[in-house]
Amino acid sequence: MAFVQNFPFFCIILSMFSAIISFVMNGRIAKYIHVAMVTAVLILSLATLSFVAGTGESYTFMMGHFPAPWGNEIRIGELEALMAVFFSLIMMLSVFGGMAHIDREVQDSKKNLFYILLDLLMASLLALIYTNDLFTAYVFIEINTIAACGLIMIKKQGRTYVSALRYMIMSLVGSGLFLIGLTLLYSITGHLLMSPAKEALDQIIAVHSYQVPLMVIIILVTVGLGIKSGLYPFHTWIPDAYGYTTPSASAILSSLVSKGYIFLLIKIFYRVLGFDSIISSHMVNILFAFGVIGMIMGSVAAIKERNIRRMTAYSSVAQIGYIYMGLGLGTTAGVVAAVFHIISHGVMKSLLFLSISGLTEVSDGRSDYLSLRGAGLRNRIAGAAFTVGSLSMIGMPLLTGFISKYLFASAATTAGNKMITAWVVLAISTVLNTMYFMRTVLTLYRPVSAEVHKEYTLEKSKIERAAIIGLILLNIGLGVASQPVIKAIEAGLAMFG
Amino acid sequence: MGSFATNYEEIAAVLLFVIGMSNLVFQPNLLKKIIGLDIMDAAVYLFLAAKGYIEGRTAPIVVDGILDASHYINPVPAGLVLTGIVVSVSVSALMMALTVCLYREYHTLNIDEIMMKLRKEED
Repeated sequence: MAFVQNFPFFCIILSMFSAIISFVMNGRIAKYIHVAMVTAVLILSLATLSFVAGTGESYTFMMGHFPAPWGNEIRIGELEALMAVFFSLIMMLSVFGGMAHIDREVQDSKKNLFYILLDLLMASLLALIYTNDLFTAYVFIEINTIAACGLIMIKKQGRTYVSALRYMIMSLVGSGLFLIGLTLLYSITGHLLMSPAKEALDQIIAVHSYQVPLMVIIILVTVGLGIKSGLYPFHTWIPDAYGYTTPSASAILSSLVSKGYIFLLIKIFYRVLGFDSIISSHMVNILFAFGVIGMIMGSVAAIKERNIRRMTAYSSVAQIGYIYMGLGLGTTAGVVAAVFHIISHGVMKSLLFLSISGLTEVSDGRSDYLSLRGAGLRNRIAGAAFTVGSLSMIGMPLLTGFISKYLFASAATTAGNKMITAWVVLAISTVLNTMYFMRTVLTLYRPVSAEVHKEYTLEKSKIERAAIIGLILLNIGLGVASQPVIKAIEAGLAMFG
Repeated sequence: MGSFATNYEEIAAVLLFVIGMSNLVFQPNLLKKIIGLDIMDAAVYLFLAAKGYIEGRTAPIVVDGILDASHYINPVPAGLVLTGIVVSVSVSALMMALTVCLYREYHTLNIDEIMMKLRKEED
């Protein structure tokens, strides 16, 4: 076994240990530990990615010395490694991009807790990506939920407590449903590891027994993870949760936490339930319907919203709808588009949330349209970042959002009777996106009269600026050179089967 | 009807799950929400334990030298229940801590009243 093959395990254990060590450190050292950990995870994941892409096949890594049907294992393929690279990169840029805000907004005594939560989040995301065991996935889903809840309430204000409570209630319903689905699955297959469970399920499906329990399992698992990732009718917690916490936390929650659940769902579809049985159970059609409705309703809610942070949060509802729409197409091309959109939405949304904090800063800390007039002129970098993010969201060529939309549209061509619906909704959603994002961008660059204009002395944080510029470049880079990423996703999905 | 009589534990578990879940979602009182959460989780453990038990077999501890697996039940479901309990304890603790914070801030346990006060605060 090559030494590189240990790296995914190192990543998980490294992030867990940095969380544990940070408990006895003060905020400053916890910050350094976190930054070092994420950098290490990024480098290790890059090495893993190049290794897996080189060998062209996935491998399993035994946790302990018990072989397949008994022991616990993680499984590493190209898609998993790509996701780990992306998650650690976004985590790093989001934390850098809001570092000065973390220092200001989080109480000194709670700073180390903030970084512990980020460490735990990283660990649970990595475990969700890599694990090959369903019950381990459940445990890390709960760790992820708890860490996310902590991030939402880190500012310790009444508003954020309420957001955290609403988030927890929805999330707990979701994980309860997921757990009971898992229990049913275990009782009919007798396995918790994904590959043996799939083999057992294949035999069950071949003799047409247990059809009702199988249907119930598909529904419970999909709905459970759908609730947790904020699929349309269950999205009510999103604007609250993303809208009031510290900018880094908003960026991470919107671009990583919900994506971890979606990735797990894709993995369960492919590696346990089998994508064919998902298609024959018509679950894809339900996901497609909810995704499409979410794309429209999320944008409509965003148009009605006057607070731009909440507006951006509602836009996340629409973007989650895009991802589920892609899954719901029921073709490999659709899933590729969905996975690419997971990455590209993460890149766009973290940029938007980070730039919004720069804009509200030069507007007396207010985030409604009236106060934000001319904010793009007062804080040029944040204004430019918001503009790039918005253009990318709308689907401007050369930016990553365009590639997502293009992939969705071309995936729809092979999806039979869903083609027209998908195209029409993509078009409508693009128009709606344009309406609210362009309205905001125009507001940002509207010159205000001299008496309203105040001089703001910006506390210029070099790290924040560098991170925001990095995210802008990432948006452009993914838009210009998307082919390698798409190739990697395709290869990774082929390894899933 | 036969399957209802043999699967009464699972039926009870599903009923409890629904009761707990509707409490968690619809109860305005935060403490009752947490109780609902606990009922919901306990229902899943009842389900797991009921699925894991086979009539007439014992725990897989060899005392009288029988090594044949057909005499024993699978110990994994019990292990899963234990793990699940640990998870749900930590989640309940977190919810209670949140409730304490909310009570200190708004002096009520009713989520509707909290939302009303919050709206007033924002206007």
